[in-house]
Amino acid sequence: MNHEPKTNNIFKVIGASSLGTLIEWYDFYIFGSLATIIGAQLFPSDAGASALINTLAIFAAGFIVRPFGALVFGRLGDLIGRKYTFLLTLVLMGGSTFLIGLIPSYQSIGYAAPILVLILRLIQGLALGGEYGGAATYVAEHAPKGKRGFFTSWIQTTATLGLFLSLGVIVITKNIIGAEQFADWGWRVPFLLSIVLILVSVYIRMKMHESPLFSKLKSEGNISKNPLKESFSKKSNFKMVLLALFGAAMGQGVVWYTGQFYAQSFIENTCKVDFNDSRYILLWGIAFATPFFVIFGAWSDKIGRKWIMLTGMLLGVICYRPIYQEFLNRTDVSNVTPSEIKEVSAPIILRTAIHDATHTVDLHNASTAVRTAKHESGDSLVTTTTMVSLLDGSSFHKVQVDTLYADASKAIGHAPVLYKDKKLASNDFWVFVGLIFFQVLLVTMVYGPIAAFLVELFPTKIRYTSMSLPYHIGNGVFGGLVPFVATLIASFKGSTPLSGLWYPIGIAALCFVIGTIYLSNKRDENVND
Amino acid sequence: MKALKRTLGIVWILLGPLSTIFMFWQAWDKISSAAAGIDQTNTALQWGIILLIFIPIAAGLVIFGKYALAGEFDDLPTNSEEL
Repeated sequence: MNHEPKTNNIFKVIGASSLGTLIEWYDFYIFGSLATIIGAQLFPSDAGASALINTLAIFAAGFIVRPFGALVFGRLGDLIGRKYTFLLTLVLMGGSTFLIGLIPSYQSIGYAAPILVLILRLIQGLALGGEYGGAATYVAEHAPKGKRGFFTSWIQTTATLGLFLSLGVIVITKNIIGAEQFADWGWRVPFLLSIVLILVSVYIRMKMHESPLFSKLKSEGNISKNPLKESFSKKSNFKMVLLALFGAAMGQGVVWYTGQFYAQSFIENTCKVDFNDSRYILLWGIAFATPFFVIFGAWSDKIGRKWIMLTGMLLGVICYRPIYQEFLNRTDVSNVTPSEIKEVSAPIILRTAIHDATHTVDLHNASTAVRTAKHESGDSLVTTTTMVSLLDGSSFHKVQVDTLYADASKAIGHAPVLYKDKKLASNDFWVFVGLIFFQVLLVTMVYGPIAAFLVELFPTKIRYTSMSLPYHIGNGVFGGLVPFVATLIASFKGSTPLSGLWYPIGIAALCFVIGTIYLSNKRDENVND
Repeated sequence: MKALKRTLGIVWILLGPLSTIFMFWQAWDKISSAAAGIDQTNTALQWGIILLIFIPIAAGLVIFGKYALAGEFDDLPTNSEEL
């Protein structure tokens, strides 16, 4: 079939598909962007670091079910069509996001709060698992020969732009209502806002037509009767599913989530950069790098998909540790000399009682922890906070927590000094933006061409199912678990702040080797089969 | 290149069970060294999730290796007719 759609039509197709996909990504990512605040809302206030890890686990649960969503909705997409399937996923995603915004906190309903959020998060993951494959397939099946990489790369921008939108809405909401109100109730606003975006997108998608290739197959009675069976029980197709996963998608997934999610988590939680600064850095980095999705997508039409993707992985393997070491070096304020200090604020001293001698106090959140005290032991914590401004324009909070014992014969206990809420000097800020830009550039290399690459591997009648599974295992499982696994590894005894990077480096390296040896650089010009 | 593709199949076949054993060893180590109580439960839950997810993927890697060893990837299909 000669299938050459008009340019106007293809841009309508891209616009309508991309908008819905962008909103789905937005819905999915606001949870990750607010992990620290949500952790405090969903878990007991003295849970400390384990609240963050548990929240990241809920976040990760959304990723883990994505392959199941790919199977469920991929099958539907190959049976009833692309259009209705990704309308359904959009509604499921929007509904669950809206409901997350309404879930009462742990203080109100106890452990029902994290359980309900987990259930909604699982629905989000299932919906996203069905959405992406549909959108990519739908656009690819409309795209003219020789431009598939270029046209599908617009769909590829949506994941990053969804993250950009989520960060933007969060920062704007927080700036409007203030940090305290945001931590209390304002974090719900980005979730609730989703319902408006979804309604607009559903309206637009309702007006779209079914994919011409699927319509043709359907009219000829050639649609697959059992896409799951055809995709995974037939060796000739299953081996391509495995190759797509181990030779491309798993490496692409870890590069994506390291550059855009782990980087944010690392800057905020490990480097202790101020909440807004850490998000502005990511926003700038993403804004500068996003056009490269389209550039690499279009370039892959000319030179093939393989080497662009694999180069992105290799650069990640080589550069991640130096990049993150640079983040640490530039935020290390422990050796600031008096000559660098411009001003030190008057100390704010907070004395709080310790409820019993064996209570474990989270030093990162000491004042919150001791607020739960019921039985005072007579001992108390004295938290001294000073704000230090440096001559280069940077500043940070220095927090010293001392323990005063009721028994005067005991010496005062000194905890290590904590530095937090670091605001970067202008040159450091732009170096951070540059390092994030470089990481997102690697993302554009691995992610820009991959939709076209996956679409071209599989035939029309089982394409939705076959391409969705490796994509979502690569991104949902390998990629989505990057923040969780890396944070977990970094919390091991004897580990360093950079230890967590061994996970994405190892996976990307393995994928690079498999991809180099087994993948072909040939483009399949014909997706009409 | 075909010989390399096939030979490396053995590596992928071995890597599947080795990575599974490594994950079980890590899980055992971290769970047993966590403080008894909620910490241990959390650690067990986290590692349970990791094992549940990665074991089937490790099995997939073994199958991939088996296909590679059998020469299934010597020549990749050039169009959908060959799938």
